[in-house]
Amino acid sequence: MNGPSDAILEVTHLSMRFGGIVAVGDLSFSAERGKITALIGPNGAGKTTVFNCITGFYKPTAGMLQLTHADGKTFLLERLFDYRISKLAKVARTFQNIRLFAGMTLLENLLVAQHNMLMRASGMTFLGLIGAPAFTSAERRAIDLARYWLDRMHLLDRADEAAGNLAYGDQRRLEIARAMCSEPALLCLDEPAAGLNARESGALNELLLAIRADHGTSILLIEHDMSVVMEISDHVVVLDHGVKIADGTPEHVRNDPKVVAAYLGVADEATAVAVMEGQR
Amino acid sequence: MEYFAQQLINGVALGSIYGLIAIGYTMVYGIVGMINFAHGDIFMIGGFIALISFLIFVSIGLTAVPVILLLVLLVAMATTALYGWTIERIAYRPLRQSFRLAPMLSAIGMSFVLGNFAQVSQGAQVKPVPPIITGGLTLFESNNFAVQLSNVQIIVVVTTVVLLTIFSFIVARTRLGRDMRACAQDQTMAALLGVDTDRTISMTFVIGAALAAVAGVMYLLYYGVVDFYMGFIAGIKAFTAAVLGGIGSLPGAMLGGLAIGLIETFWSAYFSIEYKDVAAFSILIVVLIFMPTGILGRPEIEKV
Repeated sequence: MNGPSDAILEVTHLSMRFGGIVAVGDLSFSAERGKITALIGPNGAGKTTVFNCITGFYKPTAGMLQLTHADGKTFLLERLFDYRISKLAKVARTFQNIRLFAGMTLLENLLVAQHNMLMRASGMTFLGLIGAPAFTSAERRAIDLARYWLDRMHLLDRADEAAGNLAYGDQRRLEIARAMCSEPALLCLDEPAAGLNARESGALNELLLAIRADHGTSILLIEHDMSVVMEISDHVVVLDHGVKIADGTPEHVRNDPKVVAAYLGVADEATAVAVMEGQR
Repeated sequence: MEYFAQQLINGVALGSIYGLIAIGYTMVYGIVGMINFAHGDIFMIGGFIALISFLIFVSIGLTAVPVILLLVLLVAMATTALYGWTIERIAYRPLRQSFRLAPMLSAIGMSFVLGNFAQVSQGAQVKPVPPIITGGLTLFESNNFAVQLSNVQIIVVVTTVVLLTIFSFIVARTRLGRDMRACAQDQTMAALLGVDTDRTISMTFVIGAALAAVAGVMYLLYYGVVDFYMGFIAGIKAFTAAVLGGIGSLPGAMLGGLAIGLIETFWSAYFSIEYKDVAAFSILIVVLIFMPTGILGRPEIEKV
């Protein structure tokens, strides 16, 4: 374990209330740079709410979300909104229900994600409209990057098809590719393995490990598929009813009676221990 | 036959003007899902600015008609684009998170503001200009009927085609166009990928207003008059054109514009000129009964 100084994301005392409902209560955890952190928990545990706070959809009721870049720059995500989360803090995310631009081609989907790079190169639109050389070369680089990711996702031959025509598993991979095209420091994946079969989720594992290895991207993921979580995570945070109940390595979390209790829905830890012993 | 050919030419010229305005409606609807009722008045403002800048250029001694025309076009586009930007900024953006009806009411209010502003500042009477471009070609002549293609009609159609080509290129091939399409499909997702949605929406209004200004200039050239009320009926017609073509669809807007222009012209030519608006709107109703999403519109996909 590295010291807390090498955390890319530090969540401290995060609370999110909707009226009387506490979706997330006083949650603190950190995600380390270059590591894969998984956020797990039963349905309704508040995982997606945490993601929505990180990506600026919700303004947290209380707490602090601090993101630190490798160069030491820090951002308080709860104070950034909208496109600035991506532009300044370099956080990208995918959704549980896929949100591709279905009517646009695969390539265009990936180019939209490179908006900020192209925006700088295009001199705020006007140079781009008249086709200045600096912009055309930036556009070419953007296309190269998009093609690189399409190639990695084995979708290169379908680059000019509408994204909505892809099969479900391909759409999931395209969404990850699109997030990666924005060159994020932190990649947040909301149930990337949902709806994938065993072979596909195996491929997803390899993909995520490769992304981390090749690009050093830190990954925060919400996942129900334990074959993914246990296989690739360096660190697992378990939520139940908006509260953290366990935090540690996959092995540690797997054997935590509280986690088992939460997942099995049994009344207390003693029963969970009994169940676990029964399993052995 | 000759009569028919002549009406076809007239209809296409009128339809081009409607089409240019309709694009503004359809673009704004596509990206923010609201009908910009002030768009017709933006077109009217474009016409007035064209008139004013024309008079200024003439009074400072410019005589070359192509130069004047180009300058008038540029001034009208720039000024009207500024109007479009300002209206979005003060009347629509603050209401974007509000309930759906709010920006629409604000748009209707803005339409009155612009109309009355023009009436008060420019007067209520119709403002004529002497014909700026005269002459034309006689295509063929028989049975004592000459089929004329006037120079103004050529300019109207050629300008429309050129602008549409540029505009389609922007939407299909440039970063701005991609961002606009992305915002139209999923604004939140576009923002998450770093697209400044407010700015993209502003640009949509700016482009729409610039095209409406071109329509205003063409209208001034074609009819030789402007008045503060012209935005209302032209706006309604162009809105009809956008709906007829399938709102949200850019080729649809142009197609709808041409359809409305042709229907109106042929109805006036063969039946009665008093009922030309009735004809245009009746056909709209018939088309919408059988094709609820318009000619080229796609049914709205329910988001999960």
